[in-house]
Amino acid sequence: MKVFKLIFRNALRHKLRTSLTILGITIAIIAFGLLRTVVTIWDSTVDATMANRLVTRQSVSFIFPLPFSYKDKIESIDGVKNVSGAAWFQGVYKDKSNFFARVAVDDNYFEVYPELVLSKQEFENYKKQRNACVVGSQIAKQYNFKIGDQIVLDGDIFPGRWEFEVRGIYQPKNKNTDATQMLFHIDYLNERMKAETPARANQVMWYMVQIKDPNRSAQISNQIDALFKNSTAETKTETEKAFTQGFVSASGAIITAMNWMSFMIIGIILLVVANTMIMSARERTREYAVFKTLGFSALHLTGLILGESMLIACLGGGIGLALTFPIVSGFEQAMPKGFFPFFFIEPITIVLAVTATLLVGFLSAIFPIQRALGTKIVDGFRFVG
Amino acid sequence: MSAIIQVKNLSKSYWRNNLEIPVLHDISLDVQEGEFLALMGPSGSGKTTLLNLIAGIDRPTNGEVTVAGTNIAKLGESALAKWRSSNVGFVFQFYNLIPVLTAFENVELPLLLTKLSKSERRKHVEATLNIVGLGDRMSHYPKQLSGGQEQRVAIARAIVTDPVILVADEPTGDLDRKSAEEVLTLIDRLNKEFKKTIMMVTHDPHAAEKASRKLHLDKGDLV
Repeated sequence: MKVFKLIFRNALRHKLRTSLTILGITIAIIAFGLLRTVVTIWDSTVDATMANRLVTRQSVSFIFPLPFSYKDKIESIDGVKNVSGAAWFQGVYKDKSNFFARVAVDDNYFEVYPELVLSKQEFENYKKQRNACVVGSQIAKQYNFKIGDQIVLDGDIFPGRWEFEVRGIYQPKNKNTDATQMLFHIDYLNERMKAETPARANQVMWYMVQIKDPNRSAQISNQIDALFKNSTAETKTETEKAFTQGFVSASGAIITAMNWMSFMIIGIILLVVANTMIMSARERTREYAVFKTLGFSALHLTGLILGESMLIACLGGGIGLALTFPIVSGFEQAMPKGFFPFFFIEPITIVLAVTATLLVGFLSAIFPIQRALGTKIVDGFRFVG
Repeated sequence: MSAIIQVKNLSKSYWRNNLEIPVLHDISLDVQEGEFLALMGPSGSGKTTLLNLIAGIDRPTNGEVTVAGTNIAKLGESALAKWRSSNVGFVFQFYNLIPVLTAFENVELPLLLTKLSKSERRKHVEATLNIVGLGDRMSHYPKQLSGGQEQRVAIARAIVTDPVILVADEPTGDLDRKSAEEVLTLIDRLNKEFKKTIMMVTHDPHAAEKASRKLHLDKGDLV
């Protein structure tokens, strides 16, 4: 035996109660995994930033443009390696639900973002064609984009019908690299602006500034902003991380709430399992007295109760964790396409779910163990449940 | 014959709401090896308490209990648990079998604390269940057995480790007459055939007739 057999049979003594408890843990672990995945993915967008990249934008707001002329001035600052202008294009691809980032960029954008891996040949082809675009591998797969395909966008920020040809598909270098962007020549955008809305020509929305020494980011940021002090378009330069955090913090309250909720779920399930264990231990008060009478030690009883609690928690946690993967995948499918640039279960989520499961199993057993060990044999025999 | 159980000046009191409730007063008695002693008396006279103290599942307020040369009042909790496992067999009024274990597994339970191998344990359990006449019910769960059969499994569990003493608290109290008779015959057989020292608490004069000696307790005193 026998101990494991006994633990197993004890756990199955009230099949319905045990099944419902296991189901509760399963649901809780799935909810925990899903919430933690969203929270960690949100954090990952900040982690994906590089310390050697700065973002220069208009000091008033991100939505106001900066002139092309700033590029050369920024490049002239000592310590600046590369400057690449970019403009948020947005637009609609077939349907508004088909969301993915569409950004007009300078050709050196791929030098500033080495984590967007594009083959030399594809980059050369892209450079040669004015209406060429490069798409991330994830949206290429999602929308079945292939080299040579036409993509037509219905412009909103920049009105009109915009036609592009896919000349390259970039691969993400890291797991948390955004592979859902569509990038195209800012010159293509600018030429149309010159022809159709001259007042909006020769403008970018922000500059990505690659610097040689990340330790000098504060100094260079100040230098850039000082350059345009008292101009019509004063700038605000900050690290890419700070810039991204600014976006994420807008959703900070929701993320904080989700974070708390994920742990509250674990707290609730702890109470459920603890309740099951307390009921089970209470019903077996007499049996524990028998075990003690026969010479079983405190350690034996602890093993029996803890083992049962751990078995129930691990069964629920294991099933929950196994189901988390397909459910997270289903959740991603159910979300608007491209809502999350990447969506995967971080190892830390698995570690936290396993830890939570073990902790629930352990903590739920404490009170029943204390009660079983603290009850005198004679009182145990007198107990009427 | 030598005294295998020696009780000297044993007293036991319980406390309820700061009020001392004396249960046993200055009890002294000797039980000889191989003796079958019946403890009788009205409810609340202290029979079960005396049995529990001798069996080491309760602690005396004063006095000594020596079983086979060991003063059990001086043993710590874990030493006492170990002592019980090898020296005392218990039979309870309500059988107290573990419902999720078969008859075989219930009887095997005390042997799990020994160093016997699986095959040795099996041999012991089978032999013991055969002694109590349940060799054909080994794989039955308690709920599949009658009250009398359950009590016989409990007796098998009590004797499987070959303990020094066997204590039985109202072993026939929950049984019909026929089953009670079978159980009493079995207990008597364990005493006569297997030379077991037995202390039995009973209300039933007929059951007490099987014993070689009868003691009466009244309000915590031997009378």
